Amino acid sequence: MRPLALSHMCVASSVGFGLDATLTALRSGQSGLSPRPFETVTLPTWTGEIQALDNIRLQGEHAAFDCRNNRLAEVALGQDGFAEAVRAAIERYGTARVALVVGTSTSGILQTEQAFRARDPATGELPSDFHYEQTHNTGSLAAYLRARLGIEGPAFVISCACASSAKAFGNAARMIAAGLCDAAVVGGSDSLCLTTLYGFHSLALNAPGPCRPFDVARDGISIGEAAGFVLLERPSSRDANVHLLGFGESNDAHHMSSPHPEGAGARLAMERALSSAGIGAEQIDYINMHGTATRVGDIAEDLAVFNLFGDGPARGSTKGHTGHTLGAAGIVEAIISALAIEHGLVPGTPHTETIDPAFHGRYQLAAETGRVDRVLSNSFGFGGSNCSLVFGAP
Amino acid sequence: MIPPLIQVFVEGAGLAGPGLRGWAESLGVLRGEAAYEPAPFEPPPIALLPPAERRRAGTAIRLAIGTGLEALTEAGREPTSMAMVFTSSSGDTATVADILAVLATDRREVSPTRFHNSVHNAPAGYWAVATGSCEPSTSLCAFDSSFSAGLLDAAAQAVVDERPVTLVAYDLPYPEPLNKVRPIAGPVALALVLTPWSTERTRARLTLRPASHAATTMADSGLERLRLTNPAARGLPLLAALAAERGGTVHLESAAGTGATILVEPR
Repeated sequence: MRPLALSHMCVASSVGFGLDATLTALRSGQSGLSPRPFETVTLPTWTGEIQALDNIRLQGEHAAFDCRNNRLAEVALGQDGFAEAVRAAIERYGTARVALVVGTSTSGILQTEQAFRARDPATGELPSDFHYEQTHNTGSLAAYLRARLGIEGPAFVISCACASSAKAFGNAARMIAAGLCDAAVVGGSDSLCLTTLYGFHSLALNAPGPCRPFDVARDGISIGEAAGFVLLERPSSRDANVHLLGFGESNDAHHMSSPHPEGAGARLAMERALSSAGIGAEQIDYINMHGTATRVGDIAEDLAVFNLFGDGPARGSTKGHTGHTLGAAGIVEAIISALAIEHGLVPGTPHTETIDPAFHGRYQLAAETGRVDRVLSNSFGFGGSNCSLVFGAP
Repeated sequence: MIPPLIQVFVEGAGLAGPGLRGWAESLGVLRGEAAYEPAPFEPPPIALLPPAERRRAGTAIRLAIGTGLEALTEAGREPTSMAMVFTSSSGDTATVADILAVLATDRREVSPTRFHNSVHNAPAGYWAVATGSCEPSTSLCAFDSSFSAGLLDAAAQAVVDERPVTLVAYDLPYPEPLNKVRPIAGPVALALVLTPWSTERTRARLTLRPASHAATTMADSGLERLRLTNPAARGLPLLAALAAERGGTVHLESAAGTGATILVEPR
């Protein structure tokens, strides 16, 4: 593909709001995970919760969109002058020429979970202040951002579980290449809810403590919440320190919630991403792995990465910083990849102490400074949906 | 500025819904030659799935996969090399509603199968298991504009990646109490096999231009009601134009910037 510039970025996660706070956390190894119980959840697990979301309300003309997921998106938009950058892009290209492709897995379903608890005991009806279209529906995030940012180009939500906001880059890149838009807001938002906490619990995949990706004693994931967005456009004279160089997508065709044991689908996505970027495996300096800290998921990804890259590039997972932010993992780690390139930083793998001796290659436990020209970032989801992105300095 | 145009070719279609038992069987109704008579239907099991997955595949998954496979059969294409786009407003409505009901109880014992079936891309995951295809798939949503968003995404992928892409749009009713806040008729699914170039199997050429024109409606009042009450059925006027084999223009309306005017030219 022709490289596209990440001309503006914004992010909010449990390690902090904005690029500076995120960079500081990456450098210091800070984690946003805590054992604090979320909402009415009584499970013995840690989460990457953003407590400030409890006190935010979307108001005025956007009040119907008020839900944890859209509040989170709003917090991200407010960082690093992102909303203003989108406004400038709309002025530059025209309202209909800026598209919006964003990912989420559970949208505003927390709103519906709470509404179900408040059903009318006599009729079973949901409370009258419940707004399905603007909160629960998977499309709600795109509808909110479209209204909020004044975007009139194509706007939709990619929902491919934990690959959602990584895959959004591919859909946006294709729309730009097809001439359907000149720029796209790409990213996603995924917030804590009971569906995912109790759902992953039913699969025995929640870690009792903080997640420890690739550790010999890893015992599951820590669910987090985050939102992030980038403005993706053709490179121009305007400054952009990081480009999307390529993307690759595949399906495992194996199982709904277990990865292919040798990571065959993951490898295919990585190979396609390298081929799309027109580079070889040896040109990658750092791999931001999906690395959620499940027993089997980490084995499959370790093998897939080793089979393709050998001992070569530094690799690790930043899930110990943010938790697994599910549909937002792709965008959060895209932004971490961009920060790594811009600031010469190889991120670490917080909470991990002893790499599983069965694993291969150079795992980065603590962050280090060093030149990073190209990063490959992996996001894999339920349904065997795989996406790898390649970012690089222009 | 010259408005962008995207040109793709249709090789096959699939259709399922109340009183719509497949594309070939529905041609008369779509052409207005036979009366539309809605009748309840239950999508059949997917024979291609291994037994465990076949058992776990609920109505939404069977509806989406069955209709996609029908379109591929119509096109005479194998699924293994096919990129897929699945679009739906509300995904697996029954499964999501069941989880919500369980979460409102004291024990909150969510079924692991229901949980992994509740993701919006569950049909895409089951599709890959059924067909053995490792090719990319997208699962997307734009509420009532999901059909036009999916069509735009599939057409863009066909022309940019220069490969055939199959679009599957599906939507099903919710049980109560969600049905009251989001009434959806159906189940309905539509599928189209799109190619970036003309082949010997091409049935029609589609020229898509982004537009915000009022939607083309269905002549039959029953089909028009279905179009208005099921997001996947928003694509019925396009299928009717393909069935008519006369050529014409179809407008898809969208609240998500994905509206299009489509010139349909039969081969």
